[in-house]
Amino acid sequence: MSTEHATDDETSTTTNNGKFGDYGGQYVPEALMPAIQELTDAYERYVVNNEDGFMDEFRQRLADFGGRPTPLQRADRLSERYDCEVYLKREDLLHGGAHKLNNALGQVLLAKYMGKDRIIAETGAGQHGTATAMAAAHLDMPCTIYMGERDINRQRPNVFRMKLNGSDVKPVTAGRGTLKEAISETMRDWAASVETTHYVIGSVVGPHPFPVMVRDFHAVISEEMRAQTREQTGGLPDSVVACAGGGSNTMGAFAHFVDDEDVDLVAVEAGGSSLAVDEEAGVAPNSASLSTGDEGVLHGARTKLLQDSFGQIMESHSISSGLDYAGVGPELAHLVDEDRVTPVAVDDDAALEGFHRLSNTEGIIPALETAHAFGYLEDYADELSGTVVVNVSGRGDKDLQAAIEETEARDIPNAPDMSMFSEGI
Amino acid sequence: MADSGQAAETRRSDGAAANSAIAAAFDDGPAFIPYLAVGDPSYEASKEYVEALARGGADVIELGLPFSEPIAEGPTIQGAIVRALEGGMTPELFFEFVEDLAVDVPLVCMTYYNLIYQYSPPDSDGETRRASEASGAAASSGPEQFVARAAAAGIAGLVVPDLPAEEADPLRAACDEYGLDLVFIVAPTTEGDRLESMMERVSGYVYVQARLGTTGAKSDVSDQTDRSLQRLSEWDVPKAVGFGISSGEQAERIVASGADGIIVGSALVDIVADGVDNEWSTAATADKLEAKARELADGASRGRTEPTTDDG
Repeated sequence: MSTEHATDDETSTTTNNGKFGDYGGQYVPEALMPAIQELTDAYERYVVNNEDGFMDEFRQRLADFGGRPTPLQRADRLSERYDCEVYLKREDLLHGGAHKLNNALGQVLLAKYMGKDRIIAETGAGQHGTATAMAAAHLDMPCTIYMGERDINRQRPNVFRMKLNGSDVKPVTAGRGTLKEAISETMRDWAASVETTHYVIGSVVGPHPFPVMVRDFHAVISEEMRAQTREQTGGLPDSVVACAGGGSNTMGAFAHFVDDEDVDLVAVEAGGSSLAVDEEAGVAPNSASLSTGDEGVLHGARTKLLQDSFGQIMESHSISSGLDYAGVGPELAHLVDEDRVTPVAVDDDAALEGFHRLSNTEGIIPALETAHAFGYLEDYADELSGTVVVNVSGRGDKDLQAAIEETEARDIPNAPDMSMFSEGI
Repeated sequence: MADSGQAAETRRSDGAAANSAIAAAFDDGPAFIPYLAVGDPSYEASKEYVEALARGGADVIELGLPFSEPIAEGPTIQGAIVRALEGGMTPELFFEFVEDLAVDVPLVCMTYYNLIYQYSPPDSDGETRRASEASGAAASSGPEQFVARAAAAGIAGLVVPDLPAEEADPLRAACDEYGLDLVFIVAPTTEGDRLESMMERVSGYVYVQARLGTTGAKSDVSDQTDRSLQRLSEWDVPKAVGFGISSGEQAERIVASGADGIIVGSALVDIVADGVDNEWSTAATADKLEAKARELADGASRGRTEPTTDDG
């Protein structure tokens, strides 16, 4: 495993001290710098060089506790519908119901190797929070999760799951109470507790080494995807499609294909209700930072951001709280600038259409985040050809209430009659 | 960078006297450096509050330019920033505010890097555009445009809590060009090479973070402060201690333990917040701020004079 992993790192986008072109870096308060440096050192030793067999233990736990490898499944109805070969990478079958465990387990284990005795994390949809809570319980580490108040109300089942696993969930009331505020609040906790605490960041965002480290923990997705596609089709995919908020499942699904120029990489962002921006209100009714954002500095990294003309960060919006973030991972922003990754924005309605399409044709209810990738298939059906691998980043159980309400409020052509749901299930 | 005019054991920071006004503020006795978020809760009230701090004995004033994601601030200053943003504060209004102020102490702007990086002066038609959107060869880097505007408005120095020394060279260069000081924050965890690289780039004063965590008034004075001052003692740049100072007594103790100045933010912002919550008049809040400033300034002065009773 170790040599293979070291090779993987070389084939990924080259980084120079956490820089991807002009993006990345370490824009953090001075109090955090020693922790960031300690983490960089630990990342290089344990993750890159497999010191003390860290990566071996990580892979073993991903298999035993997480259930890896996840299947690659041909989607028969979707293949017929879009007249191409659609394959699904079933990260929804990973323990916890989303890809998030790859990173959470990796980081909590790393914190143990580093001798830290407490875990903190932020969460948006609650998927990273639940994954971190599971990993912390599994590895016997005390854990505190910060979650925006608005997200807590949107994602109650996940809040219960975190608490059942023994984590402390702290509501964040600042701003609109979503992921952006939760990250800021977790950074504040870390600034005070840095000597004993590891911050398990939930996506490929934040200061170096988080973007590369989180990518490496999720890279197992594309590593398996690559081998499984070869095995089942005899070749590489023609395109890989993944939804993108911060970009963790995206980078996980893309990492091992970045150097295969013939494989198209499509990052599907949340187009929300509109790609337009309300400067006056400081609101961007979308989370499409790759498609519409500008370069700036947020949460420790230079990247593409949704911001107003002064550089104040906008409140973003998406029907899925997991994509609802004003920034995006610096490596993904760089790959878009290099024309290696194609960003596509899919709006709330199309995402719901994708949600229902996968649910009623393939018997898989996707997370609303994941549903954006299927909204893309629906919207861009004419452009699909050959083998298309879609990363099913998470399952939709947590989103049932939201999906029912949002569907009922709109005119979604392929949705079932929702009145039976609102009358009580 | 040893300076032949200095004692052998004292090391000189590169930009130590980039702006003589800030250096001079430390010349006669310990400096009292209050902080307020500009525009909290309104432009007009905020102007009176800052002027009250000057009357209360401020030697330098740190003016917060509010950013939407203040990750280094605790709840108190975060609250002030939210009020200021809701009151309509923008970078351009901030500079007008600085030009409007009737105070004669050096002013330091404290803000986050994105606002500096994105800054571009309004077009002739008054439209503000991001530096990254500005077209053509005329588009220079954000840091330089911000520093040029700050210097023109009368700002003497900058503190940028999310800009580590490693990323600071473009801003340091712009500050050198326009004669501004660039203040760095030294944390209790800052040592070795990091301390060196920071002290090579700092000017005006070094902001000594009294304890780990975010800003906020605390009743104890950390012994981390003593250790930080110890580590910095070989450098000749003035050391101002901040984070958690709320009383004249604490100010006195910190100066007595070797600080050249004290920085107070949250304890003052608390007064502004109380004024908002209790609907005090602007004048009443300003009076309380002036009284608190005097208590802190007097405390700082006592810290310098008490150990040397022979010249009292």
